[in-house]
Amino acid sequence: MIEIKNIQKTFGERTILSGISGKFLPGDTSLIIGGSGTGKSVLLKCMIGLIKPEEGQVLYDGRDFLTGDEDTQKAIRREMGVLFQGGALFDSKTVLENVRFPLDMLTNMPTSEKMERAQFCLQRVGLENAADRMPSEISGGMKKRVGIARAIVMNPKYLFCDEPNSGLDPLTSIKIDELIREITDEFKITTVVITHDMNSMMEIGEKIMFLYQGKKMWEGSSSTITQSKVAELNEFIYANKLLRDTKA
Amino acid sequence: MHHLGRYFIFLGSLFRNREKMGVYSKLVLDECIQIGINSVFIVSIVSTFIGAVTCVQTAYNLVSPLVPLTIIAVIVRDSTILELAPTITCVVLSGKVGSNIAGGLGTMRITEQIDALEVMGINSSSYLVLPKVLASMITFPMLVILAGFLSIYGGYIAGTAADIITPEDYISGLRSDFKPFSITFALIKSVVFAFLISTISSFKGYYTAGGALEVGQASTAAVTNSCIAVLAADFLLAQLLL
Repeated sequence: MIEIKNIQKTFGERTILSGISGKFLPGDTSLIIGGSGTGKSVLLKCMIGLIKPEEGQVLYDGRDFLTGDEDTQKAIRREMGVLFQGGALFDSKTVLENVRFPLDMLTNMPTSEKMERAQFCLQRVGLENAADRMPSEISGGMKKRVGIARAIVMNPKYLFCDEPNSGLDPLTSIKIDELIREITDEFKITTVVITHDMNSMMEIGEKIMFLYQGKKMWEGSSSTITQSKVAELNEFIYANKLLRDTKA
Repeated sequence: MHHLGRYFIFLGSLFRNREKMGVYSKLVLDECIQIGINSVFIVSIVSTFIGAVTCVQTAYNLVSPLVPLTIIAVIVRDSTILELAPTITCVVLSGKVGSNIAGGLGTMRITEQIDALEVMGINSSSYLVLPKVLASMITFPMLVILAGFLSIYGGYIAGTAADIITPEDYISGLRSDFKPFSITFALIKSVVFAFLISTISSFKGYYTAGGALEVGQASTAAVTNSCIAVLAADFLLAQLLL
C-alpha cells in the first residue's frame, strides 16, 4: 500500500500542492485526475522521489520514502516501476535492451535469465517482434508499451503511469488502459495513474482522486464520480460534449 | 557564483553512489569511439592546414638572409606543440564534442530519460557523465598527438611543395634545440582541456529545462563556456608551467 500524508509543494511563491493525503491499495488501479496545471505530475514526482516536497510523507508499506535512509530509498526504488509520459526510452538502445536495462543495472542475474525475463515482458505487452528495433523506429503507442514492459521487468510492487494515453488514438488508449489493468490484477501491483482522459477514468478508475488548483477536491470511484456534487469536478467531467449530451 | 557552486556540486555528484566498475568500462569504450574516433577526421583536416599555413606565413615574414631557413621548421614545431595542437584542437573539439554532449544530455533530460534513470535508483550524473569525462581525458591527448604530428607534417608538405624550404632544412630545424618538456606541457594541457570541455558541456546539458529551444541554447552555451574556459586555462597553465 502507498500512503501519502499532507504533501505540500511550492515553486517560489506559487503553491502547487497543498495538503494532499490519500491511500493507494494493492491490486487497485488508482487514478489521479485533474486539468492541466493542477499539480498531478508534481504529485507523482513527489511520490517517486524526483521532487522533494516541503512537507509531508510518502509511505510505501509503512516505510517512509522521503526521510528514509539511503538503503530504504534504494530498496523502495527497486520495487517501483514508472511509465513516463513519452515512454522515456533510451534512444541509443534497442527495445529489448531498454527492457533489459534495469536487470542489467540492478541485478546479478545470469544473462540468459535476463533475456528470458525481458522477452517475457515484451511478450506480455505484445511486442516480442519489435525486440531489435530502435525507439525511433516504433510508434508512440508501442513506445508506451515498451515503457510498461520496462516498468514491470523488475516485478514491481508499485507501478506509476504518467499520462499513459497522451498523444494516442482512442483505440490504442483503450489497449494501454486494458494492459495496465491486466498487469495490476495479474501481479497484484499498487498502480497509480495520472490522467485527464475520461475513457481511462471510466475504464480503469477503481479509485479516483480529483485535484483542483493543488488541492484534493474529491475522492471516489468511477461508479460514483457522475453523482458528485463538486462543481469543479463536474465542470471537468462534462467539458466533453459527448458526455454532456449523455447526461442531458 | 551560483552557477560555479552548482558546477562544483555537479562534479561532486559524479563520484557519489557510482555503479560497478564493469558498467563503466563498456560505456567509456563507447564514448571513446563517439568522442575520439569520430573526431579524427576534423582534427586531421584542421591541424594539417594549420601546420601548412603556419609554415607559409612564417616564411613570408622571414625575409632576412641572416636568418637560416631552418628557423621556419623550429617555429612550426614549437608553435604547433606548445599552442596550436593542444589549444586549437581543443577549441575545435569544444565545438564538436561539447555541443554533442550538451545536446545529447539535454535531449535525455527533456524526454525524461534522466528521470527514468533516477527512478531506478541509478546516479544519472555518474552513469551518463563520468564515462564522457574519462573518455575525453583518454582520447583528447591522443588527438592532440595526432594533431601535432599532422600539423608539423602539413608544414613540411606546404614548405617543400612551395619551394620555401628543402626537406633537409625542415628536418634539421625540427631537430634543433628541441625541448622534450614541450610535449609534456601539451599533454598536460590536453588533459585539463578535456576535463573542462566534457564537464562544462555535461553540466549545461544535464541541467537543461524546457524543450527543443532550450536544448539548442544549452549546446550553444556549452561551446561558448568551454571555449572561454579552455583559453583561460591555457593562459594559467602557461604561466604556471613554462
